[in-house]
Amino acid sequence: MPVSLLWAVDVYGRVYGLSTAGQQWDQCRDAQMEFKRVTAAQQCCWGIACDNNIYLNVHASDLSIRYQEETYENQRWNPVDGFSERLLPSDRWQWSDVTGLQHQPLDSFQLPSSSWEWEGDWYVDENFEGEPTEKGGWTYAIDFPATYTKDKKWNSCVRRRRWLRYRKYKAMDTWAKIPSQHTTLPDPFSDISCGGWEISEEPRGRLCLWAVSLQGKVWFREGIYHHNPEGASWEEVLLPGEVVQISCGPADLVWAVLWEGQLIVREGISRDCPKGASWAIVESPSSDVGATHVAVGNNVVWVVTKDNKVWFRRGVNSHNPCGSGWISMVGEMIMINVGQNDQVWAISSEDRAVYFRQGVTSSELSGKTWKAITVPRDGDRSHSSANLEKGSADGPESGKTSRDVGKATPTVLEEDTISHEGDAKAPCAGVALSPSQSGSPLDTQWSNVDLEEAQSQQAQTGAVLDSADTCSLSSVATYTLAMEDPYGGDEHPLWAWVSGGGCSVDSHSQLSWFNSVNTASLVQSVLSMSLSVSPAQTAAWRKQIFEQLSERTRREIDNFKHYEQAIEQSVWVKKGSMQWWRDWKPHKWIDVHFALEQFSGPEGNKDGILFIYYNYYEEKKYLHAFINEVTILVPVLNDSKHTFAIYTPERTKQRWPIRLAAATELEMHDWLALLSVSCCDSRGIQGPPAKQAIWSITCKGDIFVSEPSPGLEAVPYPTPCDQMFWRQVGGHLHIVECNSVGIVWGIGFDHTAWIYTGGYGGGFFQGLASSTDNIYTQTDVKSVYIYENQRWNPVTGYTNRGLPTDRYMWSDASGLHECTKANTKPPSPQWTWVSEWAIDYSVSGGTDREGWQYAADFPASYHGYKTMKDFVRRRRWARKCKLTTTGPWQEVPPIALSDVTILPCAAQSTVDMVPVWAISNKGDVLCRLGVTALTPAGSSWLHVGTDQPFKSISIGAASQVWAIARDGSAFYRGSVSPQNPAGPLDQVGHYDFTSHIYRHGGNTYHTACLFVGDFVAFVLGLQVWIIADKVQGSHSLSCGTVCHRLAVQPMQPKGQSWDYGIGGGWDHITVRGNSVEPPHIRFPSLTDTSSPRSLLEVRNTEVDSSTSGC
Amino acid sequence: MADDKDVLRDVWFGRIPTCFTLNQDEVTEREAEAYYLLLPRVSYLTLVTDKVKKHFLKVMRAEDVEEMWFEYEGTPLKWHYPIGVLFDLHASNSVLPWSITVHFKNFPDQDLLHCPSSSVIEAHFMSSIKEADALKHKSQVVNDMQKKDHKQLWMGLQNDKFDQFWAMNRKLMEYPTEEGGFRYIPFRIYQAMSDRPFIQKLFRPVSPEGNAYTLGDLLKEMYPAAITNDGEQKRYQVVIHGIEPLLETPLQWLSEHLSHPDNFLHICVVPTPSD
Repeated sequence: MPVSLLWAVDVYGRVYGLSTAGQQWDQCRDAQMEFKRVTAAQQCCWGIACDNNIYLNVHASDLSIRYQEETYENQRWNPVDGFSERLLPSDRWQWSDVTGLQHQPLDSFQLPSSSWEWEGDWYVDENFEGEPTEKGGWTYAIDFPATYTKDKKWNSCVRRRRWLRYRKYKAMDTWAKIPSQHTTLPDPFSDISCGGWEISEEPRGRLCLWAVSLQGKVWFREGIYHHNPEGASWEEVLLPGEVVQISCGPADLVWAVLWEGQLIVREGISRDCPKGASWAIVESPSSDVGATHVAVGNNVVWVVTKDNKVWFRRGVNSHNPCGSGWISMVGEMIMINVGQNDQVWAISSEDRAVYFRQGVTSSELSGKTWKAITVPRDGDRSHSSANLEKGSADGPESGKTSRDVGKATPTVLEEDTISHEGDAKAPCAGVALSPSQSGSPLDTQWSNVDLEEAQSQQAQTGAVLDSADTCSLSSVATYTLAMEDPYGGDEHPLWAWVSGGGCSVDSHSQLSWFNSVNTASLVQSVLSMSLSVSPAQTAAWRKQIFEQLSERTRREIDNFKHYEQAIEQSVWVKKGSMQWWRDWKPHKWIDVHFALEQFSGPEGNKDGILFIYYNYYEEKKYLHAFINEVTILVPVLNDSKHTFAIYTPERTKQRWPIRLAAATELEMHDWLALLSVSCCDSRGIQGPPAKQAIWSITCKGDIFVSEPSPGLEAVPYPTPCDQMFWRQVGGHLHIVECNSVGIVWGIGFDHTAWIYTGGYGGGFFQGLASSTDNIYTQTDVKSVYIYENQRWNPVTGYTNRGLPTDRYMWSDASGLHECTKANTKPPSPQWTWVSEWAIDYSVSGGTDREGWQYAADFPASYHGYKTMKDFVRRRRWARKCKLTTTGPWQEVPPIALSDVTILPCAAQSTVDMVPVWAISNKGDVLCRLGVTALTPAGSSWLHVGTDQPFKSISIGAASQVWAIARDGSAFYRGSVSPQNPAGPLDQVGHYDFTSHIYRHGGNTYHTACLFVGDFVAFVLGLQVWIIADKVQGSHSLSCGTVCHRLAVQPMQPKGQSWDYGIGGGWDHITVRGNSVEPPHIRFPSLTDTSSPRSLLEVRNTEVDSSTSGC
Repeated sequence: MADDKDVLRDVWFGRIPTCFTLNQDEVTEREAEAYYLLLPRVSYLTLVTDKVKKHFLKVMRAEDVEEMWFEYEGTPLKWHYPIGVLFDLHASNSVLPWSITVHFKNFPDQDLLHCPSSSVIEAHFMSSIKEADALKHKSQVVNDMQKKDHKQLWMGLQNDKFDQFWAMNRKLMEYPTEEGGFRYIPFRIYQAMSDRPFIQKLFRPVSPEGNAYTLGDLLKEMYPAAITNDGEQKRYQVVIHGIEPLLETPLQWLSEHLSHPDNFLHICVVPTPSD
């Protein structure tokens, strides 16, 4: 789980962040001002400062925020000047937007705020629909507006070209003021809440920001998304009353509190209308006490009433945003906040501590108990003096700094605040001048937190609080501290506001926020605990035990080996009952007895035999397999049974494994772990896989590794593919890439990047089959899709009544199987649902506003709009499910990836940099810095700016990087070096890779279609490996088979034939660890397409049902 | 650096070369030869000495044979202590092989428990495991196991099947991460020169402040004399499985890795040899 922050504001207006991995509140030093309120999302935090302006703090990321400005230059041909700027009077502007309706000269583009800077100057885009154009980037047409082509024809009368310029958001990790709109905002804001990021993924990073002004009006910030984090403008939302506070959940829930104590609920929020349509009123939970505060999540609403009582709203979801009833909860709070996963934080009215609601799960949304977060703030010990310094520094400077933060003209209000602040600071500064008092701190701390002015005096010597004239105007912080408390107020922060919107925790998260008692000892123990992993390995005591144990072996055993053993080794049998998918027709599951007999082989190595005892026409028979012949044990996806398959070379050839089903998941895992250990023992394999290992992934996400003899190609007769032994490694991945120094990267189905830690085991391999260190929790999320199908009839239009011959009205993609919302299960019992069914709009071919795709008939090609000829329609529903497992993988936060590639080099030393490139799931090209054999995760991403999103990348010999953009154009980046890890990117041409993406690590394109099918092929040295869609003699389950191209020679790059290995159900393979020596082959020029290639990587992601032609 | 797993393996496969000789007083038909055997440190004498019994019975008349018992330098050996503990306690600094005298007469009822069959050993072994789990997990783990799981633990020990035993025993060694260790550490401290059988008290692996207790902390509490203070002559050796772990070794780690199959950490405090 990536580290994320819980934000909070104390009663003095100081902003703090608490990391999910941390154990103390870190003050946001950058906040030059006091803040009243903050509201956080994952990528940023919004706040209202004491100057009543809204500030935005965008978290720094390796992925910069670049906004592409574009404008078109239009020209018309005339016989005199040729193409010129002189257009006809009826024509569009010389400089316009893409439609031609908007006048857009280059100098009309201004930076939207001081938080932006230009990245470079304007330049002409020379890429047109994925193909390079002639010099100048012009595209031609008969007239405006028409279809443009890159070639000039005889009838091309007009031409245009696109100019691009990028601006970059620079105000990262700092509070930047949002420029205010004087005309429309007469009164300052008093509350804000952001959310809505789960409503839609388009545009990327969209946020909804709701704000309340002092007069009780509600405003919605339009146009906030990744490339425009500040948003565009405030839109007023009409109201049935005056609002005091508002809360916006991660999805489509928005609730607000009215002055009168009632609650209003926004209805009609959808992906097309994030602002919603209307308000519904919900009465306060208690008839005589009004509500003062509301907090909403995905499916929860929490409310605080004026008497500080806490209420939970029952039955809230997106279909019924108003919910059904109130439940009174324990605890007295002044405010509540709901963050991700419906987790709840609150500030107690009694002691002003931040509380976390423990035990909130999707099945028990109201949680179990309140638990106080007791971690200290940074520098709590030296707090009083630090604070004094701050006070004295802030006094004279505060005016200046606040102007620095927001360059826009300060409002009158802002000036007011500054003078007020300056006054208020004066006493602090005074105290700072008399350091003698800091021993027994008596500093009066001030802040102008709106109406909530607070004062607190540390009463170490029993001083009485002077609360008569300076106490809070609202219910804030008149609070007597315990007299005997040795550290006075420093020990116990008083909080005013908390926001968990950016804090990704769930009920399983391990947080170390709750058990601190003493500041100093805590920090100490944190330090020792965080360091305990590595020093424990080298600790003296541990070393001593290892040394003494081997000394003991020498002393007590080595000289007495000729003695007889007291216990004779014997055969050990483990038995069980299972079901077996019988070999003969009709195939079905039958009950069998299953036994594993283990014994010591002739050379002392362990071996074993598997027996399956079954009945055949009343006759007892058995089937057996030698453990040393088993090549792989594969858990098989089955939503009702716990099944796995056992392969031997013979059964791999037959494509017919022994398929078994255990009664329970636990039993299957016990058997798999035992059989796996047994297989590894018989082959003498133990510990982590070698650096030369070949890694592969099944379509289920299971990870397998095989350690061939070094140099598969070196021996004249390489190990036949079907004899390769694969063993499973814990974890769950979609893509894996490795190289020969043991660097292995993986990408999960949810695009999370993972780095191999060097361990083994994890998952169901526990105890002896797993390493103790290097095993971490791994989660993955994927979507399950079902289709809703409808047919049109003249009377009622589209209905769910189809023709008798039609597919199921709720089906899978093929239409052959019925899949309703109710009966569709997660892919296996290990997966659990984490969302509800939702319409999926991101279907290829596009959809209409309700998600429908239309076609003339089933099955046909679908399009996202209705025509006269369309008689059927379908739409896709998606539901997310989550898997939690363990494995030797650690997350590389925070950028989600869709592809990664590692140079297959044999690095000379462990500190040599290894080039690693990746594509983010949004299409950004990234280069990883600081990757070495010692630090395989590297340090940070270098974002390589491109004009279009990419989908695939590969790095080959001599550090050449090849990448394919989403529009199909191929790019090449030469001369990538440690000094210049990013290198320049050149477009080399357009190839129609929409159906086949061939990935190249070498120097030329290899477009010979050796295979048609769904395959992933990797070529290394002279190794070609692919995942074939279907192989000869295959049964239905053999899609996704590992194949190895034999006899690939420098002069015979096509090789001779395919050798079929394990499958089906395989999805991905990487052989880059198996490179024997660094490629030293000289590369001919790019244009020489017939030259030999030493490094070639091919990959196909398109599904095609044709069989192989080779 | 070797893995912690190797410690488990080393502990399990610890062997003591032993020479069994028949007591002089036994009536034999012909002279009995000594019998040499590698005894597993983690097992029990009466469980692994069938061969010894068979060997000596060959030279004896059936009517002269009563229950077999063992003695080392005048001390009757308690079969219900693990073999390694007996060796470390009584013979740790003696010359190998360990010389044990075998008796078939005059069973010392006041010193030893009778051991008529291996089911008695099994009962003793399983009760130790249950007692240890009561300390570690309030018996939750052992009670969740099925009969066959208990059998697997016992069969693993009886047949010297490391994998079989640990496949089950690892469950007994688990604990919630946030707790940092077991509830209490099951340990027993044996003294060579003492009438008390052993010290066994409640002791937690982690202090209330969250610091891990060490072997030294345990001894300070239970047997302060065993700790050598600065400037003092070392008087006692603290021996576990024939080795002397450093006093700063975390107790939880010791309990997980150096416990006997009965899940107890058996610690022997023996006088430093005065040579």
